Amino acid sequence: MTTANKEVNELIKREYEHGFVTDIEVDTFEPGLNEDVITRLSEIKKEPQFMLEWRLKAYRRWLEMEEPDWAHLGYERIDYNDISYYSAPKRKEDMPQSLDEVDPELLRTYERLGIPLHEHAKLAGVAVDAVFDSVSVATTFKEPLAKAGVIFCSISEAVRDYPELVQKYLGTVVPHTDNFFAGLNAAVFSDGTFVYVPKGVRCPMELSTYFRINAANTGQFERTLIIADEGSYVSYLEGCTAPMRDENQLHAAVVELIALDDAEIKYSTVQNWYPGDENGKGGIYNFVTKRAACIGKNSKVSWTQVETGSAITWKYPSCILRGEGSVGEFYSVALTHNYQQADTGTKMIHLGKNTTSTIISKGISAGKSSNVYRGLVKFGPRAEGARNFTECDSLLIGDQCGAHTFPYIESLNKSAIVEHEATTSKVSDEQMFLCRQRGIDMERAVSMIVNGFCKDVFKELPMEFAVEAGKLLEVSLEGSVG
Amino acid sequence: MLSIKNLHASVEGKEILKGINLEIKAGEVHAIMGPNGSGKSTLAQVLAGNDAFEVTSGSVTMHGEDLLEKATEERARDGVFLAFQYPVEIPGVSNLQFMRTSVNAMRHHRGESEMNAAEFMKMAREISKQVDLDPAFLKRGVNEGFSGGEKKRNEIMQALMLQPKLAILDETDSGLDIDALKVVSDGVNALRAEDRAILMVTHYQRLLDHIVPDFVHVLAEGKIVKSGGRELALELEERGYAWLGIKDDETAASSAN
Ligand SMILES: Nc1ncnc2c1ncn2[C@@H]1O[C@H](COP(=O)(O)OP(=O)(O)OP(=O)(O)O)[C@@H](O)[C@H]1O
Ligand SMILES: [Mg+2]
Repeated sequence: MTTANKEVNELIKREYEHGFVTDIEVDTFEPGLNEDVITRLSEIKKEPQFMLEWRLKAYRRWLEMEEPDWAHLGYERIDYNDISYYSAPKRKEDMPQSLDEVDPELLRTYERLGIPLHEHAKLAGVAVDAVFDSVSVATTFKEPLAKAGVIFCSISEAVRDYPELVQKYLGTVVPHTDNFFAGLNAAVFSDGTFVYVPKGVRCPMELSTYFRINAANTGQFERTLIIADEGSYVSYLEGCTAPMRDENQLHAAVVELIALDDAEIKYSTVQNWYPGDENGKGGIYNFVTKRAACIGKNSKVSWTQVETGSAITWKYPSCILRGEGSVGEFYSVALTHNYQQADTGTKMIHLGKNTTSTIISKGISAGKSSNVYRGLVKFGPRAEGARNFTECDSLLIGDQCGAHTFPYIESLNKSAIVEHEATTSKVSDEQMFLCRQRGIDMERAVSMIVNGFCKDVFKELPMEFAVEAGKLLEVSLEGSVG
Repeated sequence: MLSIKNLHASVEGKEILKGINLEIKAGEVHAIMGPNGSGKSTLAQVLAGNDAFEVTSGSVTMHGEDLLEKATEERARDGVFLAFQYPVEIPGVSNLQFMRTSVNAMRHHRGESEMNAAEFMKMAREISKQVDLDPAFLKRGVNEGFSGGEKKRNEIMQALMLQPKLAILDETDSGLDIDALKVVSDGVNALRAEDRAILMVTHYQRLLDHIVPDFVHVLAEGKIVKSGGRELALELEERGYAWLGIKDDETAASSAN
């Protein structure tokens, strides 16, 4: 093994920063999944009847579904009866009406995570929905948003307060029959975010959700639904962390985006779930279905993701480009180290005329990790003049990790154009030596080289978060050389 | 200032440096010449701390301190600078960001505060003019797509930014056109200072017309076989290496142009 490789392998030994546990009284369901559990869940959430029926239908179907095994992932089968499907901080009677009523312990938790929930604090200008285990504990800036006509609330509230919108759109992009994890989510989804931006409105601030898993043996099944009505624009960011625990925990989310005519949704993710320790023990299993429907003509959705956490990531944010001239984008940085496994990518389904999509994927593997890009670009028979550009780059740190790319292309239209580029490179000994010769220590050097590699994706992130993402990468790489 | 004693070094089990002795005082310029493969770059890399090379015996001290026990970055912060014979590319990392990180690492080491972006930009622009590199190069990736000559000028630029104590220049004059050679030698002359030593590896005596060295050494098969003053380079140009009893194939031909 060459020197830089040895160094880089060392760099990756690093403590996870967000690994603390919040000590708070909770209501938690006994582990196990059956119709009673789902009914109780629906009752606690005071859901209308249609929602319970929707859940039960999904559950019955899910029982017949098989867990997928086509991904390039290895893990012990999950026993779905070993998981608790609901855990929430105990609260006095009702939802807190204002931030002052939120348990101070929770406020401190988010403070520690760098997400202060006070509206005057650091993230002023960014509205936050804070989801703690199975419930949303606070949503900030509701009033100014309401003034603009933007609905930004937890999905549980939306089910109660805006049932027509929910009923009209929920499950239309990711039906419960879509896949095993989406089916499970439909049956037991706990909380998540709901956004509706009305016609012609440019959402006046960044919206974000911060997901925190705290309880042990609990799954998190959040569900997010964002609807951008004609000519509207919204930029949304999600962040995620979890305590360090030896057991694996399941996170199976569903995100649905709907863009009508001329609407644009920018969806950014900084995923930093606990990745497990350096021997591969613990960590979050992240099985997520994210999909956008560009229904309207000239609508646009861009997914930007920075994935550094989770023991296993199984995630393919996708776009169905139905509207004529609609645009889908996917910018991704996925970093794996130690024993992390990521199988991630996107699907761009071109159905409408003159639809275009861009895919830029940067995979970074270190340690003994495995990093897979899996992408599908599909052109339907009516996708005249559609085009896709794909660039997949892999960067290897050390020589015990793996990177694979599986690009699939299916075209039923002769006029469609696909361009594909792929590269694999290494952080070389020579690059490391050059940096060190200029007085730059190894950790800085690796993070600088990796950041350079990710530049094209970082520039797609909202300003405030591009810096954060760079730092997160730096932190995630610590211990990969030394 | 720099004292090399009986230095032996090998790479992948093969001995390349076979007992180098060299004393360099502050303010001096030393030129090292010698046939291809004689170990000139190896010496430069070993001094800078590239651990692809193993020092098997001997010692190197700088300002009385053991240089060999220090890590590459510590040596750099103590003022050792190497201009690479083959500068490597770092895609996506801008030259500016790279140099700023470097300059600040050095400042941090000296207990100085970081240079802010505006100050740094001003300095970088001035020095890029000095080496005749368009400031647009500052925004490009480190050496990314630079021509051979641009890479060399970029190395000199970094030396000027960092103001090292010991500047080791490995064939910084190779592959330069006449104008660039002038720019680079002006840069090196600008580096000459009372408290700074320069060790430059070159094949061409013509460089020494621009940068007049205090000493010239001939390295052959891992040993310094002859040392002299400026006139030694002229003699080498006329007579090649053969009169020193060195097996010499291409070098005599190439240095005779
Ligand atoms: N990493 C390496 N692995 C194997 N051999 C090496 C390595 N680096 C250098 N060598 C060998 O060491 C010897 C000396 O190389 P070095 O680069 O020091 O020569 P040089 O004097 O700088 O030559 P030139 O004038 O061509 O630049 C050569 O035979 C070279 O092949
Ligand atoms: Mg050489």
